[in-house]
Parts: sequence; structure tokens; C-alpha cells
Amino acid sequence: MCLAIPAKVVELFPGERSRALVEVTGVRRHIDIGLLEDDPPVPGDWVLVHVGFAMSKISEEQALDQLQMLTMLGESEAALEEVQGYGLGERAET
Amino acid sequence: MKYVDEFRDAGVITKAADEIRRLVDPERHYRFMEVCGGHTHAIYRFGLKDLLPPNIELVHGPGCPVCVLPMGRIDDGLSMARDPNVIFCAFGDMMRVPGAQGSPLQHKARGVDVRIVYSPSDALNLARRNPDKHVMFFAIGFETTAPSTALVLMRAKAEGAPNFSVFSNHVTIIPAIRAILDSPDMRIDAFIGPGHVSTVIGCRPYEWIARNEGRPIVVTGFEPADILQSIVMLLHQMRAREAKVENQYKRVVPWEGNHAALRAMAEVFELRPYFEWRGMGFISQSALRIRESYAQWDAEQRFQTPGVRVTDPKAAQCGEVLKGVLRPAQCKLFGKECTPESPVGALMVSSEGSCAAYYNYEHRKHSPLTTIGAPA
Repeated sequence: MCLAIPAKVVELFPGERSRALVEVTGVRRHIDIGLLEDDPPVPGDWVLVHVGFAMSKISEEQALDQLQMLTMLGESEAALEEVQGYGLGERAET
Repeated sequence: MKYVDEFRDAGVITKAADEIRRLVDPERHYRFMEVCGGHTHAIYRFGLKDLLPPNIELVHGPGCPVCVLPMGRIDDGLSMARDPNVIFCAFGDMMRVPGAQGSPLQHKARGVDVRIVYSPSDALNLARRNPDKHVMFFAIGFETTAPSTALVLMRAKAEGAPNFSVFSNHVTIIPAIRAILDSPDMRIDAFIGPGHVSTVIGCRPYEWIARNEGRPIVVTGFEPADILQSIVMLLHQMRAREAKVENQYKRVVPWEGNHAALRAMAEVFELRPYFEWRGMGFISQSALRIRESYAQWDAEQRFQTPGVRVTDPKAAQCGEVLKGVLRPAQCKLFGKECTPESPVGALMVSSEGSCAAYYNYEHRKHSPLTTIGAPA
């Protein structure tokens, strides 16, 4: 849970200010961007994701460094598992 | 150090290591505490100690939320989950952590509905999908994680979720640092400040450490080069007889923190008068409880909790290790009664705990890299 995972914002949703579709090494999941409401990301931006929430915007260079570091820390699988776990985070049909 | 060459910034690492050797006073011993469990993990994994002169000692701090959670809180959380109408959910890291009555995973084996979630918003979704059940999220974490829980509680309130609650075990890092500095046998010269906590709280909350306690602190990133550069910055301050807060991790941490995250925390949480930390005892104003205005979504206000207290075994010397009085291997139980497979003390519980990290990477140096208790 203490992982911070770099993810690229792929899509935002009109009318849903706090949701974004992101991509992490080919896996796409929805995350919450409500904690960045003062400076919201746009598609193409990179963010650091922690427990399904974007914590801060980062540069692409920083994101790629961070991904490499997760690999070297032996945590890239755990990170990917976590991101795939966000699957539960799809909105319930209402 | 095994991984240096693989890094794009291998040159930076070598240069920083050279500069550290140039800056140290060979006549003295340095004790630097890295507060955050993520730093502890990186230091062992990358073998950074091999790059440091022998008179620089890295002391591993209290910044692992799984490690510092008192055992009784797990029993309290699980006691509510024994109601067959309740779904208990928590992060994967919690699943193997033992309470006096067993871990969440052992409760699952006994038929309790225990589920892993990767995000607090998944817990709320679980409640939406199971309207006939009550979903309780067992929340842990420092200021990095607490804002996410807060936002989810705000959403639960906004939609009037009738079947969702949070059992808050969120803690705050500053009082823990204060407790370490206040302890009479404390021996820390300077601090490697937490990275991701600081994205939320910023750098100002550390100013008293420099101003009042005369201890340098550098907010630091998680790459090997970051940690070594941070040590260079601490050594420069010490040579100049200065103590100030510096931000080595500017590319991620704004000096003022994340206002939206702080607003969410302030809306939902208030400080508890005191909270128990495993290995450190009771620390005043060191944890977050849910405000009265969110009582309906607070598991502690909604359910009866037994308030279980489980004393850590006296033989475990977690407190001394945390304060830098003892190194992990100097504890009487280390590697004997207390191992990552069956932890006795707090610091062996999670892979980011200093004893587990030391056990996995140093104690087993001659065996292939096998991490026990890796993050789920």
C-alpha cells in the first residue's frame, strides 16, 4: 500500500471531475483525481498514484525513472497487481 | 552495490558517495534516521550502506504504518467483522498481520467475510454493490493515505451511503518524530525526511525539528541518488553548524504540500488526544479519528469496539531499535523467536519494517533474494 505508482492520464470524463482513466505499463484503470482538484491533470500528464488516488503531477522523465526504480526494487509486480486491483473501482451501475 | 550500474544516474551516485567521504569527519560517529519505511526498504534493497563510510549509521524510523499499529486494533477491527452481515476489507498488507485472535486471513479461513481492496474507493464500491451487507474498511496509513480515506468518506456522506463505515487507524508522522526526539536515550543527529508524506503535508511541519531541536532534516526521494544526495546535504549543514529544513525531492514535493488533500483531511478527521504506537507506547495527538459530523460512517462510533489492548512482549526491543539505541540484530529476539515468518515485535511485521528489511537483505545475504512479507 505504500507504493507510489507513476501513471499516464489517458482520458477524463465530462461531468465527473474526480475520475480519470490512466495507463500503467499497458494496463488501463480508473483512478480518482479528486486530490488534484486545485491543479487538475489533462490527458498526457503523468501522475503518482497511491491507493487509487493521484497524489501529485510529475514529469514524464520522473515517471520513467520511478517505473525503473520499482522494477529494481522488485516491486513492479506488486505495483501492477495493485493497479489491476483498482478494477473494483469501476463505478457501480446506478 | 549491485544495482548502481543499471541506473541512468550511476555517475551521480558515485559522485555523491565520493562527496560523502570527503565531507565526513573521521573523528565522529553520525546517526541519521530515515523516517519512512519506503526509504528503509530502498536502502537495504540497493545496498546503500556499502557506499557509506563506516561512521555513518542509518537508523530506521517509525514510518511503516503496518508496523506501528498496535495488535489490539486488529482484534478490535475483526471483532466487528464477526457479525455475518459485515464485510471486512483492508489493504493486502494487513492480511497476514497477526492480532491476538489471529490475522484477517485466518479469520477469513474461519468463515469471516474478509476481502482485500487496493483503494478505499473500492471499499465504497463494494458497499454499493452489496446493499444488504455492511462494508467496513480497516484504514491504515500516514498522511499519504489519510486524504484518500477522507475523500471516500466525503463521497459516502454526499450519497448517504447507508451500509459503509471506516475503522480509522490513520496516524500522523510529526508526533512520532517528536516522541523520538523527546526520548532521553535518543541519539539521532539528523533526519532523512519522508518523501510521499511530504507531498501532502509539505515541508513547513518539519521546521521545529531544525529550529527548536537543532537537527537538520532533508525531505528526500526514493532513488539511490536521492538518498545519497540527501546525506550530502545533511553533512553540509552539519559542517556549517546549521540546522534547517531542505527539500531534495522538489520534483514531487511542493514546499506547501497539497492543499486539496489537507482540506479533505481537515473536513473528515480530527486528532485523537492520544494513540498507542507499537514499540513506542502512547503518543499524544498522534492519530486521526473521524469527526462527529461523519459519525454515521465511523465504525468506532457505530459499533461497539472492545478496546482490546495487547502488550508487546517485554523481550522485544522495538522501541530501542526505533530510537537508534540498538540495531535490529542487537535485539535479543532478532532472527530467533522473531522472524518475518512469525513476527513478535512491530518492526518485523511488514517488509518495510526495519527488522524485516534487515532480516531479508542482510541476515540472508548469502542466500538468493527472497523477500518474506513482501508488500501484497
